[in-house]
Parts: sequence; C-alpha cells; structure tokens
Amino acid sequence: MKLGYYPGCALEGSSKDYSMSLERVFKEIGVELEPIQDWNCCGASAAHSTNHKLALALPARNLALAKEQELTELFAPCPFCSKTLINTNQDILDNKYKVENGNYDGKIKVINSVDIFTRLMDKIQPKVNQERLKDLKVACYYGCLLVRPPKLLKYDDPEQPTSMDEVVKKLGAQTVDWEFKIECCGGGFTVCNEDAVLELSNKILEDAQENGAQAIIVACQMCQINLDMRQTAIEKKYNVSYNMPIIYLPQLIGLAMGIEPKELGLNMHFVPTEGVTVQAQNNPV
Amino acid sequence: MKTLRLKNNLQQFVDEIDKISGINLRDCYQCGKCSAGCPMVMQMDYPPSKLIRHIQLGEREQVLTSSTIWVCVSCLTCSTRCPKDVEIAGLMDVCRELSIKEGLATREQRKIQQFHKSFLETIRSNGRLYEVMLIAKYKLRALALFQDVAKTPKMLLTGKLKLLPHKIENVEAINKIFEECDK
Ligand code: SF4
Ligand code: SF4
Repeated sequence: MKLGYYPGCALEGSSKDYSMSLERVFKEIGVELEPIQDWNCCGASAAHSTNHKLALALPARNLALAKEQELTELFAPCPFCSKTLINTNQDILDNKYKVENGNYDGKIKVINSVDIFTRLMDKIQPKVNQERLKDLKVACYYGCLLVRPPKLLKYDDPEQPTSMDEVVKKLGAQTVDWEFKIECCGGGFTVCNEDAVLELSNKILEDAQENGAQAIIVACQMCQINLDMRQTAIEKKYNVSYNMPIIYLPQLIGLAMGIEPKELGLNMHFVPTEGVTVQAQNNPV
Repeated sequence: MKTLRLKNNLQQFVDEIDKISGINLRDCYQCGKCSAGCPMVMQMDYPPSKLIRHIQLGEREQVLTSSTIWVCVSCLTCSTRCPKDVEIAGLMDVCRELSIKEGLATREQRKIQQFHKSFLETIRSNGRLYEVMLIAKYKLRALALFQDVAKTPKMLLTGKLKLLPHKIENVEAINKIFEECDK
C-alpha cells in the first residue's frame, strides 16, 4: 500500500525522531510513504500571521504537485501543516481561492497524525503485543490544531477528544483522565516568546503528573519540543521536578511492536525516555 | 428584533475588517468567553473580547498598536468557543497584517514580527525551513541573545539541527509565489 506523504520542514530537521519513528512503523506494517516531489514549506504561523495570500499559495503548490503525482490521500504528520492544507482545500472548494495555472480541485484528502493510525489499526494490531506496555500510564495530549478549528477539521470532539486515547489503549497502555488534553503549549513561540511557553507548558506537565501519568504522548512536533526541550528550564523556573518523557504516538506504537528504542529516535530526546523503554523491553511477552 | 447600530463613523473599522476578511464583529455581544479561555491573556494589554469592543468603538490605532495581536499564539480556543461564531483568531491575523502594513508595532512587539519575517525569508530562499539560518537571522534582527545557545550543541550532535539547507529544486516557483503575494 502506498500513501501520499507531506513531511513538512520540522520533520526533516529538529524533529527527526518523529520522522524516524513514523518511517520505521510504516515499514513494519508494509505501508510505503510517497512524498510529494519537491514539496515546499506550508508557511507555518509566519505566513498566516502576516500574509493571508501566502498562507494559501504555499500549501496550494504542494497540493497541486500531489495531484500531478496522482495522489488521492495525503498524510501530513504536523498538525499545523495538515490544518493549513485542509484550509487551502476548503477555500478552493468554496471558490474563495484559485490555484494559478493549475486545475487542482481541492479534493485530495488530508489525513492527520492520529487519524492515520486509527485507519491503519488493522495492520498495526497484529504486530503489537499488548503485554509490553501493560503497566504504562500515559496522558494523551492533543494540543490545539488536531481538533481546532472544529468546523474546518471535523475531527473528534474539540473539547474532549478521545481518538488518540483509543489508539493508545489498543497498544495495551493505560490512559489517564486529565484536564489539559487540548490546552495550548505555546506553540511556535518556542524561540520568540519563551516566558509564555514555559508558563503554559508547565501547567500541562503539572496536570499530567498529578493525574499519575508516567509519560505524555504527543502527535505534534511543536508540542514535543516545548514539553521536552524546555522541561529542564521549566523545572528550574518553577522549582519543580517532572522528569516526564514526551513520546510521539508512532514511537509508542513502535515500542508496542517490540522495535528497538534507538530505531525510533527515543535516544534523541532531552528528557530521558528509559522509564518507558525499559518497561516495554522487559515485560515478558 | 432590531439590531442597535452604532452611529456614523464609529462603524468604519468594523466595516473595514468585514470587507477584508468577512469577519463580522457586529455579532459579538461581549460575553467574555473568548477571553476566559485564552491562554495568552496574561501577556495581553487587552483580552480578546475587549479588543473587539475597541474595534466596535472604532478605536483603530489603539487596536493596531496593542500587544494583544502579537501575543496571540493562534491556538483557536476563542474561535472554537464563541457562541456567536466570531472568527476571533482570524481577526488577530487581519490586525497583524494591518499593523505591519502601517508600521504600527512597538519595539517589544517587533520581536515576534521579526521572527515571522526571518522565517519567511528563509522559506523564500530555500523553499523549506532552514533552522540554523532562521535562528541566525532572527538573532541578528531582534538583537536579542538567543536563549537557546546551551541547547544548540546537543541538537547538532543528535542531528536535530542541520547545518546544510534543504533547498528545493524549484526555488524559482517559490519566489514567484512570494512576489505575487507581496503585491
Ligand atoms: S466569545 Fe464571541 S461573543 Fe463572546 S465576547 Fe468573545 S467574540 Fe464576543
Ligand atoms: S487564538 Fe489567540 S486570542 Fe484566541 S485564545 Fe488563542 S491566543 Fe487567545
């Protein structure tokens, strides 16, 4: 099976662990990713914050290229990219935007970073041994753009989403109830507004810990960076201790399949992930 | 039931925003739900609902120079929860664009603006984000010490920061897009 793929910039650079784990898991279940040839950046928050036209034109080029490649479905692991692609599609369908010298019709289906695993569960499940993660309690963190804006994305419940929890439970792990599933971590302000990121991410970590989570599961590289790379700074600023591994959903899937942590990029995190990986490897299966 | 209309030129700013974006701020009845859920409200001079009230009252400059529009992180919580379907997050985008066009941001607000600018320049010359270049550009621009110096070596060691840009083949197409959109 082949699947259209829009990796997005972060997965080529600072979030290599995310792309590594995705590619490894897809290899395991025999799904071939077909990237858009010569894809470009979707413009991220810089474009939509400062130039509305650009925020449509950049993703539109990618969609038009995907059409040329005859892709009908496109998996975009970054929630920002996938939202931007869906938004561009919608504007094309609503005749609010037209792709220049192209006949792209807005109809390529864009699939987000959780939905893809729900859809592929029949291929994942046979490779998983639920014993591996049976003692692990995790908090599933959805953040902003997997579920918002609900009218555009039409995905899960915008206040109480459960899709990621469902996937995680099928892997054998336990999910905790907590309050911060959809709160913002500070998103793209990692570099230019550090105070905000520390404050918001601290609340997320605090609530996850209070509710007994041993790790937070994410499906967005911005969330991962803010909660993982910034965790030491957060602990220092607020005089707290979390030591909370921030694991990508495909990394957890890989562990449930018995794949080596290194092959999933789990050694590339700032907060050590051994608390999770050792459990997965030592549980008798 | 009739809608109460504010008199004469007070409506100008509301009309302007409506014309640019189709966002209708006449619908906002100031319930405050957007402000209650906004994660960035602690850094804003006006919470979102108050910003809207200023727009309804035609106070254009006050709005376009506010920290609110730059501090908004576009989490979309406000737009999702508004009982009147006001596209508040989209409004922030419109205000940012106007503020840039008119050069209204203050020094502190420019920091965020400069970050966006550096980001887009990187895209323009490579087609994709080149993180090392973005950081260097932003650092020069904002004249702010990059707070992540301590993090950089580990990121380089683990291969998380690439030293060579990922340049796409058809950078020309990207340049054209920028030219078109800058008009
Ligand atoms: S939630 Fe909507 S109606 Fe209520 S104050 Fe905000 S914009 Fe106005
Ligand atoms: S989109 Fe902006 S204004 Fe709305 S809740 Fe998020 S940070 Fe606040």
